[in-house]
Amino acid sequence: MEDSTLETIDLVILLLVYGLPVLLAVGGLVIGSFLERKHFESIREREKRLAGLPALPTKVLDSSRETEEGELVTASVVVSLDYFKRILASLRNIFGGRVRAYESLLDRAKREAILRLKEQAPDSDAIINIRLETSSLAYTQSRKKGIGGVEVLAYGTAVRYR
Amino acid sequence: MILTNVEQIPGKTITENYGLVTGNTVRAKNVGRDFAAGLKNLVGGELKGYTELLTEARNEAVDRMKEQADALGANAVINVRFSTSAVAQGAAELYVYGTAVRAE
Repeated sequence: MEDSTLETIDLVILLLVYGLPVLLAVGGLVIGSFLERKHFESIREREKRLAGLPALPTKVLDSSRETEEGELVTASVVVSLDYFKRILASLRNIFGGRVRAYESLLDRAKREAILRLKEQAPDSDAIINIRLETSSLAYTQSRKKGIGGVEVLAYGTAVRYR
Repeated sequence: MILTNVEQIPGKTITENYGLVTGNTVRAKNVGRDFAAGLKNLVGGELKGYTELLTEARNEAVDRMKEQADALGANAVINVRFSTSAVAQGAAELYVYGTAVRAE
């Protein structure tokens, strides 16, 4: 009688210790990839809609047209990996090589930041001198603690021609 | 106050130059936001709380820069640059700088 209760307790502990991370990983994988797919769909749709407003990394103004005004616009986004991908990425750290999980994360963060920049200046004709800056949040001293988020900041000068 | 991140102000001419102006702010994240972000972290994606926090902080840095430029008698800041650095565990410095000018 006592043995069987002990066994149940052991089983519960075993499940908690090994089951929870697996559950989190699977949940993270399923929900995370669903959210990522939805985000990419929204990015593609908005990119198509905002294609008429060019975002240029150069400082050159269109000399054939008279400039009316220009103003600084900024936009930022903080994103993080899901639990499953974070495990994958840390495994990658052992063997080295391409970390695809972070590639897609940074890709969508940068595109999202540029889209937000464009959405802030809907009346302008171009955004010139676009700068993108990436910084990692909270992974400072110990890699174990804190939120492993990445911030992408985009800024530029929105220009309106006459 | 007009801000641009190019060496000119489109549509205006620069008449006077007042030199470098800067603004900074150091922010720590708060526990509540960290907890919410921790939950969001399981599934990944945007951490909206952090995006807002950093945007607010950056706006404050920009306001400080504008105040400095205003005190010098400038009405615009050109060549604005942003920079972010993690200075301590959980705290980040947001720094903005540019050249204060008068434009007409």
